[in-house]
Amino acid sequence: MFVYVIVAVVILAILGFVLLRGPKAPPGGYESTRDADDPAPGGSGDSNDDVAPTSTEDVPAATTTKRKVDRPESVSSRMARLRGRLSKSNNLFGRGLLALLSRDRIDQDVWDEIEETLLLADLGSEASMDLVEALQKRVKVEGTQDPVRVKAMLREELLTVVDPTMDRSLAIERKDLAPAVILVVGVNGVGKTTTVGKLARVLVAEDKDVVLGAADTFRAAAADQLQTWGNRVGVVTVRSETEGADPASVAFDAVKVGIEAESDVVLLDTAGRLQNKAGLMDQLGKIKRVVSKAAEVDEVLLVIDATTGQNGMVQAKVFSQAVDVTGIVLTKLDGTAKGGIVVAIQRALGVPVKLIGLGEGPDDLAPFDPEQFVDALLD
Amino acid sequence: MFNSLSDRLTATFKNLRGKGKLTEADVDATVREIRRALLDADVAVPVVREFTAAVKERALGAEVNEALNPAQLIVKIVNTQLQEILGGETRRIRMAKSGPTVIMLAGLQGAGKTTLAGKLGNWLKSQGHRPLLVASDLQRPNAVTQLQVVGDRAGVPVWAPHPGTTSEFDDPTGDPVQVARDGVAHARAKLFDVVIVDTAGRLGVDQALMAQARDIRDAVDPQEVLFVIDAMIGQDAVQTAQAFNEGVDFTGVVLSKLDGDARGGAALSVASVTGKPIMFASTGEGVKDFEQFHPDRMASRILDMGDVLTLIEQAEQNWDRAEAQKMAQKFADQEDFTFDDFLVQMQQLKKMGSMKKLLGMMPGMAGMREQIEAFDESSIGRIEAIIRSMTPHERAAPKILNGSRRARIAKGSGATVSEVNQLMERFMQAQKMMKKMAQGKGIPGMPGGMPGMGAGAGGGAAMPGMGGMPPMPGMGAGGKGKVKNAKGKKKGSRSGNPAKRAQENAAATTKQSVAGSAFGAPAQQEPDLKDLPKGFEKFLK
Repeated sequence: MFVYVIVAVVILAILGFVLLRGPKAPPGGYESTRDADDPAPGGSGDSNDDVAPTSTEDVPAATTTKRKVDRPESVSSRMARLRGRLSKSNNLFGRGLLALLSRDRIDQDVWDEIEETLLLADLGSEASMDLVEALQKRVKVEGTQDPVRVKAMLREELLTVVDPTMDRSLAIERKDLAPAVILVVGVNGVGKTTTVGKLARVLVAEDKDVVLGAADTFRAAAADQLQTWGNRVGVVTVRSETEGADPASVAFDAVKVGIEAESDVVLLDTAGRLQNKAGLMDQLGKIKRVVSKAAEVDEVLLVIDATTGQNGMVQAKVFSQAVDVTGIVLTKLDGTAKGGIVVAIQRALGVPVKLIGLGEGPDDLAPFDPEQFVDALLD
Repeated sequence: MFNSLSDRLTATFKNLRGKGKLTEADVDATVREIRRALLDADVAVPVVREFTAAVKERALGAEVNEALNPAQLIVKIVNTQLQEILGGETRRIRMAKSGPTVIMLAGLQGAGKTTLAGKLGNWLKSQGHRPLLVASDLQRPNAVTQLQVVGDRAGVPVWAPHPGTTSEFDDPTGDPVQVARDGVAHARAKLFDVVIVDTAGRLGVDQALMAQARDIRDAVDPQEVLFVIDAMIGQDAVQTAQAFNEGVDFTGVVLSKLDGDARGGAALSVASVTGKPIMFASTGEGVKDFEQFHPDRMASRILDMGDVLTLIEQAEQNWDRAEAQKMAQKFADQEDFTFDDFLVQMQQLKKMGSMKKLLGMMPGMAGMREQIEAFDESSIGRIEAIIRSMTPHERAAPKILNGSRRARIAKGSGATVSEVNQLMERFMQAQKMMKKMAQGKGIPGMPGGMPGMGAGAGGGAAMPGMGGMPPMPGMGAGGKGKVKNAKGKKKGSRSGNPAKRAQENAAATTKQSVAGSAFGAPAQQEPDLKDLPKGFEKFLK
């Protein structure tokens, strides 16, 4: 249809013309989001579309029975096992750097190769170049020609970027009246449901009382998948029996169940959504708002696939805008991908990686350890 | 901040006017920018190295064209080079001479194989085939169920003799090789002519699973092995593609999640490293969101240049048909554009996503990048509030707005009178602009004068004088680097830019323009189909 084409282009041009001419707000911008005489937030003026169903009739909560419940692996033994795997997964990168740093002189080729190695780890052009520049400066200042020293410096620089002092703990402590609520978000196919399942196991291993909420009502069989995870560790899964139910209402019900059962943590799985789908991002915002009416959302975890390239940055930005991401889970680190984009994300947005996924096994989820991450890179 | 390659190149070449040939230093500076742009688009490092070397060689040999400034020339070279690697021709699925055609899907976990199986089935069905989906993914929990659901949605039968695993804790029991073999036998017996084998996701480094994939391949002897790869993948694309190429020797590539905003440099990496063509793109969650791959569009996307085609596609998907027709009719009749229309169109636009993003997609908006960045999405809401505070009469005839009416509107919408005035002023200008456009005169006062127009996706396709408003048939031609003039363009409206004017003249002589208004009465125009890029026909239904 010609019509669409013409109209789309014309309207956009007009809009561009109308909208892009200077600020609409007073110079200097508005000081606050509301005027002095505005009614206080939370008054009767609240919009109606956020009101969650108060009854659970339309979304029956399926409570799962406890059958054979297995005991997830304890955190310490898990760490020892995964440590070995992480160093294995990253040694390609490490080897490259090692070969390069075993030269006896530092010339432009070396710098190019360092930069290239960082780029290959998906750190992104900006972060890589900055890192190399910082390193060059330090080498110049110290006047060293010793590759071993340069390697140590590179490690330090990388470590500074990753920032080990950052708080990477999960908010999993029960609040006064309500459980801690963790919302898991991300694009399609990164492993959100699996992450929720694995996280539930970690929490159960730490003797927490957990409720799972299957707010992924879109993907075929997603709720079944989550429920299987829940059943294994004897955790209740709240789900909707109808396909395509309102995810916000399922999430709300899950939190309600969590409050009534006086559990410690409610984990909410959401459907995968690409960050450029405005409608779906709005839906995500709605889920969070609706859930907040029952209990504050303490943690929003963005799941990012380690193979993701520079688009990971866009994902982090857009998801942060919509639901204020508090942490990142880096999955599929057991492949050849390095997941360096998280370094760039942390640099730009200050959102730390909190957990990493290292495989398909049920206990392959580990806390992120910056030293280890960097060491593995330079191994 | 520089956002797209053409911006950056324009800046690099600012002091280069009047030079007849690019010096090596100029080219070096350019190549650095190109490298950066490609890296930002996730093109693999080795591929970038090769690519920039090739561009450098070509650029050094090239005379600066009369019609193209150096920046445009380089962009053109880059664009051609990209298209060369991505493959010019769209390859069709090879069909078996006798018996069912077997298509096998392989890829990493989460790349979208199962979803794609449904889409491919649906697509083949619409082409008159009788496809059968075979559930050979017995690894991932509920993969079989999922395939059954997508098969259901697509209306394609599914062969799933084995339930697969239903949780991460069952050990996969069935033999996917046997399932695949039986599936093909079943298809042969029941006269299905295409079999799509969905396999489990696997990592390139997982030797055991890779061997299993090879076994499936050997068992069913597929005509096509499609490697499904996520458009968001980063530098790992090369390693993964190589592993799969060695493992299953795939014959074609499918790029999934292309409806996201990833620039998809992986396409270039995979095509360049393996030499295998990219055959399809998967562009959404529905079973119909599937299309043949367009190398020319991908090239512009990787370079982050205005992507009018995507814009149009989004418009087509989201726009209310009746509204669009009404609008076009108004346009053709040169009626006044009222606040009511404005409001309606704004609602439609909102459905298409972030306004920033949309404005950015317009070619030639590059020069206004900063303004777009600074644009506050919520200002749309404020404008809407102002318009909604008007009476219907006021909306239709903004001229009647006197001081007291404006004060009332300001009060009603929580804005100040000066904001209302500003909106009125800009709206009046837009209205004038609209009229002029309807008469085929182009946008007179577009801020920034639409710099860099010629350097748009078309690799030097000129859109002379018209700013962002080329009439339709000419617009798409850009992808092939063809120069086509605006239809019905008045002789007097010549471009002020000598380079553009030269091109205009060239275009005028090579293409006989059809007379008539550029936008008016589209039905009467006989679009020249063969001059449009591939995949464009569907906009002309």
